[in-house]
Amino acid sequence: MSETLLETKNVTKIFEVKTKTKKEKLVAVENVSINIEKGRDLVIVGESGSGKSTLGKIVLGLMKPDFGTVLYKGKDIWKMTKEEWKNFRRNAQIIHQDPYSSLNPMRTIFQTLSPPLIQYNLAKSSQDVQKRVSELLSLVGLVPPSDFMNRYPSRMSGGQMQRVAIARAISINPELIVADEAVSMLDASLRVEIVDLLLNLKNKLGTSFLFITHDFGIARYFIKKGGGKVAVMYLGNIVELGEGDSVIQKPMHPYTKALIASVPIPDPVKAKASEVPSLRSLDLTQPRINFKGCKFASRCSYVREICNNEAPLLRLVDDREVACHLYD
Amino acid sequence: MLDYKKYLNISLLVKRRQAMQLRPLLSIRNLTVEFRVPRGILRAVDDLSIDVYEGEILGLLGESGCGKSVLAHAILKIVDLNGYIKSGQILFNGKDVLKMQKSELRKYRWKEVALVFQGAFSSLNPVLKVSTHFIDTVEAHERISKSEILSNGSALLSMVMLDPSVVFEKYPHELSGGMKQRVIAALSLILKPKLVILDEPTSALDTLTQKIFIKLLRDMKNKFNLTMLFITHEVASMAEVSDRVAVMYLGNIVEVGTTEDVYLNPLHPYTMALLESVPSIHSDLDKIKAIPGPVPDPVNPPTGCKFHPRCPFKMQKCMENTPPLKEVKPGHFVRCFLYE
Repeated sequence: MSETLLETKNVTKIFEVKTKTKKEKLVAVENVSINIEKGRDLVIVGESGSGKSTLGKIVLGLMKPDFGTVLYKGKDIWKMTKEEWKNFRRNAQIIHQDPYSSLNPMRTIFQTLSPPLIQYNLAKSSQDVQKRVSELLSLVGLVPPSDFMNRYPSRMSGGQMQRVAIARAISINPELIVADEAVSMLDASLRVEIVDLLLNLKNKLGTSFLFITHDFGIARYFIKKGGGKVAVMYLGNIVELGEGDSVIQKPMHPYTKALIASVPIPDPVKAKASEVPSLRSLDLTQPRINFKGCKFASRCSYVREICNNEAPLLRLVDDREVACHLYD
Repeated sequence: MLDYKKYLNISLLVKRRQAMQLRPLLSIRNLTVEFRVPRGILRAVDDLSIDVYEGEILGLLGESGCGKSVLAHAILKIVDLNGYIKSGQILFNGKDVLKMQKSELRKYRWKEVALVFQGAFSSLNPVLKVSTHFIDTVEAHERISKSEILSNGSALLSMVMLDPSVVFEKYPHELSGGMKQRVIAALSLILKPKLVILDEPTSALDTLTQKIFIKLLRDMKNKFNLTMLFITHEVASMAEVSDRVAVMYLGNIVEVGTTEDVYLNPLHPYTMALLESVPSIHSDLDKIKAIPGPVPDPVNPPTGCKFHPRCPFKMQKCMENTPPLKEVKPGHFVRCFLYE
């Protein structure tokens, strides 16, 4: 067992959605416990609306959970002293999904990358800052650095901007990086390049990743090259959690199966012969409040009576945890 | 394994034969589109020729910035203000679009050719119900009763697996991304256009929604014998949706052929690199690698073959001359000196 870097214990986040006539409660993340070990990764896979980004924000302390605790090296992040908090926030960084809106368009790349270095005393003189920024740019493959330092984001391509966002995240040597759909906005052909870059940095710097994606194809690539666990989320719950390789080889939860079956196959003959995953309903439906059963029941093709009456709990089946009545 | 190969050969033969008998609905001949940008002239589409045959889904595959969207806009003659169509012909059913009168163009757009824009999520009006979208669209072009419009519309919505009685009464923000995309697909068909152009329709959707959307598109195509131009950078989804694929790089078509020919037997080094760059759930991950080098600056493109700075097979003449688009096998064209 290696050292636990960050864990969440039964965190729940509820949003209030106000419409003209009524107030509704939306449970974005429900009772989620995850555990990120030092130097290892956790990949979270789920559709849009499954609560994966909210979980990412909770992990980073950008959002306070309504119930449950987030522990960083055993300490509750919401009960930290100012010093401890500062240290935590320095060690947990994020790469956003959309590089077009996560970089300030009014700042050159140098102006974006230098403030954290000064703030955290990682560079003493202005030459030092200059040197460190150019090191960072070469590290993320923006060479020669002098070409990019004084550019504005508008003069760069999406892939280049995402590299800057990565450089910013690693600039202060964090222990944990949350990559929230960090490659989804990029061209399909560029994704591998950026994932390779993340994995490279991980090997060099020993950073742990919480890698959030909707694409099992990318998740598989990340896991195969980097190792780590995968957690599948559906409407705020983790429905399957286990070692990445074995989950992908042999998915157990019907939702995981559907997600894996939906990954596009770059072979026209096999792709055209492939079937749409067997689901009873195509669209994600938010179950009504106080619904007691499994949230996936309305779409699941294996549904039984118990699924509508009793929510399945995440429990150990073989080598992993699954929340499904099929394995009762 | 044997069955797979046998099936492949038969389907290829049939497809090639079909392609030869088909009539082009849209022919683009030597089209060049340029933009005035602060740094000079950007040639987004460069002497491009292609045919879209009746009843097929032609896929246009390329990375961002290669000019795919500009081509789609040029087909409808709606290029942005700082851009212009420099030369070439766009023939729709034998008629030159670039020479059409205003009134003809008005009929041509949406009634003949419908375009689903990229980021179509934002092309629905947030203050109008879905039903109003259908009514407004039809009333702008035809004189038929509202009830008839709605009954046509509900047939289309059912085709895309939406419940018309529920969805008609919704505002766009009440629908999920996948539902919006399907509403837009249904809306694009309401005037029974002969050609539907879909610009990156699946890129903002997650894989499950993508898969469903693509299956629905293929069903609709078979049912209505639709002709579609499907534009995307998603290499893997393209394999499932299209009958033929055209690969585009910096304003040029570098390879065209049946999807099977292009994916299983790629000829152009760019196509090969593109296919090797996408991980899937079954693919051999050791073979996956990114395309080397950056995309060149489109304002100052490389001389000769535009792919030569990134090409592992480059020769002296690639830097000097532009290779022509050559038919290597029946129906399979490639723009590369390797196949001289």
